[in-house]
Amino acid sequence: MRIRSALPGLVIAQLALVQPAWAQHAGHDMTMPEPETAPEAPSDPHAHHHAEPEPASDPHAGHAMPHTMAMPVEESAVPSIETPPPPDAGSGPARAADAIWGADAMKASRTALAHEMGAMTYSMVMADRLEYRAHKGGDSYLWDVQGWYGGDIDRLWIKSEGEGAFGEKPEDAEVQALWSHAIGAWFDLQAGVRQDFAGPDRTHAVIGIQGLAPYKFELDAAAFVSNKGDVTARIEAELDQRITQRLVLQPRGEITLSAQDIPELGVGLGLDKAELGIRLRYEVAREFAPYIGVEREWRVGGSADYARMRGERAAATSFVAGIRAWF
Amino acid sequence: MELDRRGILGGLALAGSAFAAPRWALGASLHDKAIRPGFDEVGGAAINLTIGHGPRVVQGRRGHATAVNGTVPGPLVRLKEGQTATLNIHNTLDAETSIHWHGLLVPFQMDGVPGVSFPGIPAGGHFTATFPVRQSGTYWWHSHSGLQEQTGHYGPLVIDPAGPDPVSADRDYVLLLSEFTPMHPHTIFDKLKKGEHYFNYQVPSWTDRYPLTGAQRRMWGKMRMMPTDISDVTGSTYTYLANGRGPQEGMEFLFRPGERIRLRIINGSAMTFFNMRIPGLPMTVVAADGQNVRPVEVDEFQIGVAETYDVILEPGRSAAYSIVAEAMDRTGMALATLASQPGARAAVPPLRDPPLLTMADMGMNHGKMDHGDMDHGKMDHGAMDHAAMGHQGMDMDEQSGGAMTMDDDSGMDMSGMPMRDTSLLPPDVKVGPGIDMVSMNPVDRMGEPGIGLDKVDHRTLDYRKLVALEPNPDTRVPTRLLELHLTGNMERYMWSFDGRKFSAVSDDPIRFANNERVRVRLVNDTMMAHPIHLHGHFFELVNGSEGAHQPRKHTVIVQPGGSAQFDLTANEPGDWAFHCHLLYHMHAGMFQIVTVTPPAEDAA
Repeated sequence: MRIRSALPGLVIAQLALVQPAWAQHAGHDMTMPEPETAPEAPSDPHAHHHAEPEPASDPHAGHAMPHTMAMPVEESAVPSIETPPPPDAGSGPARAADAIWGADAMKASRTALAHEMGAMTYSMVMADRLEYRAHKGGDSYLWDVQGWYGGDIDRLWIKSEGEGAFGEKPEDAEVQALWSHAIGAWFDLQAGVRQDFAGPDRTHAVIGIQGLAPYKFELDAAAFVSNKGDVTARIEAELDQRITQRLVLQPRGEITLSAQDIPELGVGLGLDKAELGIRLRYEVAREFAPYIGVEREWRVGGSADYARMRGERAAATSFVAGIRAWF
Repeated sequence: MELDRRGILGGLALAGSAFAAPRWALGASLHDKAIRPGFDEVGGAAINLTIGHGPRVVQGRRGHATAVNGTVPGPLVRLKEGQTATLNIHNTLDAETSIHWHGLLVPFQMDGVPGVSFPGIPAGGHFTATFPVRQSGTYWWHSHSGLQEQTGHYGPLVIDPAGPDPVSADRDYVLLLSEFTPMHPHTIFDKLKKGEHYFNYQVPSWTDRYPLTGAQRRMWGKMRMMPTDISDVTGSTYTYLANGRGPQEGMEFLFRPGERIRLRIINGSAMTFFNMRIPGLPMTVVAADGQNVRPVEVDEFQIGVAETYDVILEPGRSAAYSIVAEAMDRTGMALATLASQPGARAAVPPLRDPPLLTMADMGMNHGKMDHGDMDHGKMDHGAMDHAAMGHQGMDMDEQSGGAMTMDDDSGMDMSGMPMRDTSLLPPDVKVGPGIDMVSMNPVDRMGEPGIGLDKVDHRTLDYRKLVALEPNPDTRVPTRLLELHLTGNMERYMWSFDGRKFSAVSDDPIRFANNERVRVRLVNDTMMAHPIHLHGHFFELVNGSEGAHQPRKHTVIVQPGGSAQFDLTANEPGDWAFHCHLLYHMHAGMFQIVTVTPPAEDAA
């Protein structure tokens, strides 16, 4: 608005050229009766009288000039800064209907409307990986399931992951219960507890973030403090690469870190474990996608030593097949 | 022309319905209780509307629908300016319902929005809406309860003028566009909330044919957005409907060569913008949102959700013409035929390639000249104002060009630019997770035809081409500016005004003094086009027309990343809904109450 008032000439000139858009076509409506309601016939003489369509460069467009001259003047008078409503506009909630139907009669629908438009809660369960893993020394299974319940900002978030050889109890199994709070357009802050079920019993406090990073990486990073005082961390990243509208290649990486040596768990100080995998899924529906893939897992540093001491390999490759599903 | 127009209409209504609804399409032979497609006409002193539900089949797809008087769409409500309308609404559903008279000037308590204007019509209940009819033109009606509108609870509404109609025609037809889906609307909303681009099968992929460079693809990825995020719900679940009929169900309008046909086009869909064209036949737009405009001849135009356009057609000697309503994202079309005899058909053009969002849609408009240009981007405030000015002058290449050169010296790549610079927002916008983008340069985009139509090689409509036929009753200069930001988060599927969902501001309405004249500036800080609707009023688009002839509308599309302004005379006292007419955006929170105080002598 500031600029417009400073440059009225520009606006006027522009309007002159805008006019032909209708002036050009007015002629098509000769069959229309001259309406009694035809309002501003004098100020707009050519709108209903052109017998022929005219080119855009129609010199008649200029006829509209006096008509449009008024506008920039008006424009300059329009406030260009937002101001609060005047006192006459009243204050407080909108309750006009109460005077007609009664406040009691309106109450339920008012509550419902406010709830319906923005305060609803939702839930989701996502099995990101439910898979069979084939590798040297036997086959195993893995689950990686998450679910949430809540509104746009605050949610209860449950995560569970685990892995084990077929016919045996899981080697690793954990459940996290987190409060998730949106802290930005794309990320949630998550805090809560994690309980490990397989192996030595451990309970951890969890704090982390989960969300969508630039370039559409799905990121989940969390730090854990166990009831034994051990501090560990895990960072996972996934990226969906669409080959077609239904065929998706998903690279996935995960690292776990430890702030101390934890012999009981076979975890060494520093980088503990790294995984790099790639999965190819076909979305039969958006909710249901079988996949195949390959994943390589490395135990690193002290963790590798612990693995070798147990007679295990420090690195292993798995061929995987599974289902990604959500509802 | 010598004949009484309404006489012709009556005859045609019979003939038209016989031809337009072949017996097989009536449903009776397929399913005894199936809801009929198409609509009857109701009028007179007292009108009965009965809301029910039942099975519905569209092109073999079975679903469940809400129907009024047994049809989808519901009946054409035909009123006459000057009469008192009495509409008896009977709710046979086991849920609450309502009817909003879209575009009508009514006492607010008759406006039909539960929780704003009245308590709603309870299950099994009834309600009589009665109001003086103060206007004429093409409108529609629909449920304002929950998501019922998606399921079929809508219909056309036409008001004949008290005096002579400035638009004359030999035939007068209604074309109501909508969608059918067997999916429950709450399921649709649920899928949208969970993300995963559920309905979009035009996502950029390794095998797509989009004209995007690697750098552009990386830029979109970096922004965590998609250039094909055009429509939230698409043809992957929707069958697009013309008067309740799918494209293969043969919706027909009959004509004789030489006749002048008025086609009243209503976008009664929940989520779909349509691009309308009739290959081989120009359309002369004579009314927008029920209000007469100076005739504009175009070959194609975009109709946003809840808008109406009346066009005049003068078909020539072809046996038939295809009336194509292509969904803006080009995932499907509604189709009707203008036929010189029953069964006559014209070629139907294939769906065009999906459009891609541009720099302008990201709010990086540098004036129209820079459309799609990836390398301009000096976006300090000074440059912004110049660019806005350049845009104002976009019909004049010289001025525009002159303005552009002032700040056109930068070759900065946009990937370094913040897409969410919240410092650009005024302090009354709540910054938070509900905002994923801030338009850096929200120029007025009323001079653009809409997504997908900027590059077509024929004449299109834009808001700047609309000029009111009759002078507006109030031409006072606005005394106040109200700026509202349209805000959202695509990933979280959050939508709001000024960063606040309705649930957060339900007791904090937008307030206007009685008869206050206000300029409202809508700034779209999202990459989607939003059709913003104000109940109970007409506002005048600030589109470059001189004051008395700014076109009056009830719904305005605000283009992605851009802005739009209207002048409003707040002279209808009461509480009014104000919302994005994309059903699921409204449901997510893009809704507010506008309250207009009564005249001083009425005030308590």
